[in-house]
Amino acid sequence: MIPLSWYLVVGALLFVIGFYGALSRRNAIAILMSIELMLNAVNINFLAFWRYLTPKEMAGQVFAIIAITVAAAEAAVGLALVIAVYRSRDTVSVDEVDLLKG
Amino acid sequence: MITLDKLYLLSPEFILLIAAFLVLGIDIFGKRRWQKALPYWTIAGLLLSMVASFWLMGHKETVTDTMAADSFAYYFQLIGEMVVVLVTLALVDYLPGRTHQQGEFYALLLFAAIAIMVAVSATDLIMVYLGMEFLSITSYVLVGFLRNDKRANEAAIKYFLYGAVASAVMLYGMSLLYGLTGTTNLAAIAQKLTAGNLVSGYQWLLFPALLFLTVGFGYKSSLVPFHQWAPDVYDGAPTPVSAFLATASKGVGFALLIRVFVTALPAVKIDWVALLYALSVLTMTVGNFVALRQTSVKRMLAYSSVAQAGYIVIGLVAFNGKVPFTAFNGVSGVLFYLLAYAFTNAGAFIVVGAIEEHTGSTQMDDYNGLVKRSPFLAGVFLILLLSLAGVPATGGFMGKFMVFGAALAEQFYILALIAIINSVVAVGYYFKVIKAMFFVPGEGPAIAVAKPTRYALVITLAMTLLLGIFPSWFLHIATTSGLAMVGL
Repeated sequence: MIPLSWYLVVGALLFVIGFYGALSRRNAIAILMSIELMLNAVNINFLAFWRYLTPKEMAGQVFAIIAITVAAAEAAVGLALVIAVYRSRDTVSVDEVDLLKG
Repeated sequence: MITLDKLYLLSPEFILLIAAFLVLGIDIFGKRRWQKALPYWTIAGLLLSMVASFWLMGHKETVTDTMAADSFAYYFQLIGEMVVVLVTLALVDYLPGRTHQQGEFYALLLFAAIAIMVAVSATDLIMVYLGMEFLSITSYVLVGFLRNDKRANEAAIKYFLYGAVASAVMLYGMSLLYGLTGTTNLAAIAQKLTAGNLVSGYQWLLFPALLFLTVGFGYKSSLVPFHQWAPDVYDGAPTPVSAFLATASKGVGFALLIRVFVTALPAVKIDWVALLYALSVLTMTVGNFVALRQTSVKRMLAYSSVAQAGYIVIGLVAFNGKVPFTAFNGVSGVLFYLLAYAFTNAGAFIVVGAIEEHTGSTQMDDYNGLVKRSPFLAGVFLILLLSLAGVPATGGFMGKFMVFGAALAEQFYILALIAIINSVVAVGYYFKVIKAMFFVPGEGPAIAVAKPTRYALVITLAMTLLLGIFPSWFLHIATTSGLAMVGL
């Protein structure tokens, strides 16, 4: 059987890639995608921990399902906000959204 | 397991839920005359719910494994409900002319209040996450609700992107904590960590988990370095919503910080005390020094509210669960500070909003000679600014007294000294506004304030003074609520 640590390493890598993407990308949609990567890394963690450590209790599984649901709701609101910004200024680049400064 | 006979402990939530759907229903199906009264339906729901929260205070039970019904939770529920009442009053004359979907706005505010109540009662990581996200998602929509307003759009997208990253990081921390202990219940986590009874051998993951959780809660309560969103969002959002974010929403960040760290992580107290110590010093100093050079009063208030978060954290740093019957246990100080701060800061944002409504500007220069143009606004703002600065006989002073007192009781002398120096620096920018309002001559037409806004300001003013002059009853409630958390 594949050891638990492999899953955790994959999760950590995915999380770091997502985090790097969220900080470095300029396109709001790409940032959203990076955030989804981070959330999926968390789900890998939850499911791996659940399967290997407490397979008889449901907490880990339930947490993963709730995280997926919340991520979907968050993405819906996020995309709506991106569309609102796009309609008012014809761009989704976060560099060009810069009215508020100081 | 949930049993029906305990459901009454959730009655504040249920009342607000019914009120929210009622508001939505009236908005869609109601007569025009009823629709005009929507904000008052909202306020009626909130007041009923406040009565329920207040009446249930003193219980110390869990509704299910995931939700507590203790004074600590009800205390924060009351703060949330009161802030939403003030925000609703400020919205009565703000929304018409800006949007046609007023019912949705009020319903969203009520849902945000429910989110606060769920979050502060959570005793399980799943519920903590769910409550925080519920609040975050409703707040994103509230900030960006006026979708033709470019500044509000920008504020919303910034708030969303920061918030989503912060909550993902926090969730990663939760997954690590789950991996260490095999449970998501806060009390069970504490038990396993204290007993060293871990389900996996990755003990070194505990500190990263703590750090990641701090990112999530620190983002909500705008601690430096997770504060970058705050000034832009407070500046761009509809001003009543800024008032909500800077007080009630920030309070949730602190409630969860206290609940999770004190209940689940006493085993690594030394680590989080050191971490919060550093964050507190950073937050106070950065907030105050950046606030000093702001020319917009709204942005100045935004940075001042970041700095205030730094003072509030001191209470948690100086948290002490061992000494019984003392008001200086730290957590109680945080509770009292947040109550005083909620009224004061919400009032300050409402004043700025009222002036912005009339002059279209938040610049300091436009506050020149305000006392001649609107003695009421100038007078209220004076008291609120004095309270923010921590001048005696105001709620802000008592809050600082409680928190700094806790720091001294726990012998954090240097931290208390830094906080006091910071308070002195802060006086500089608060008095800049007072000077402009009262002593710099300025011309302009008189400013008329809408009646509901006037009521909201009178309430904040009265409470700020009441908390400063007759604090004993409120101190008693804050102390008992804090002790309920500390476990005495």
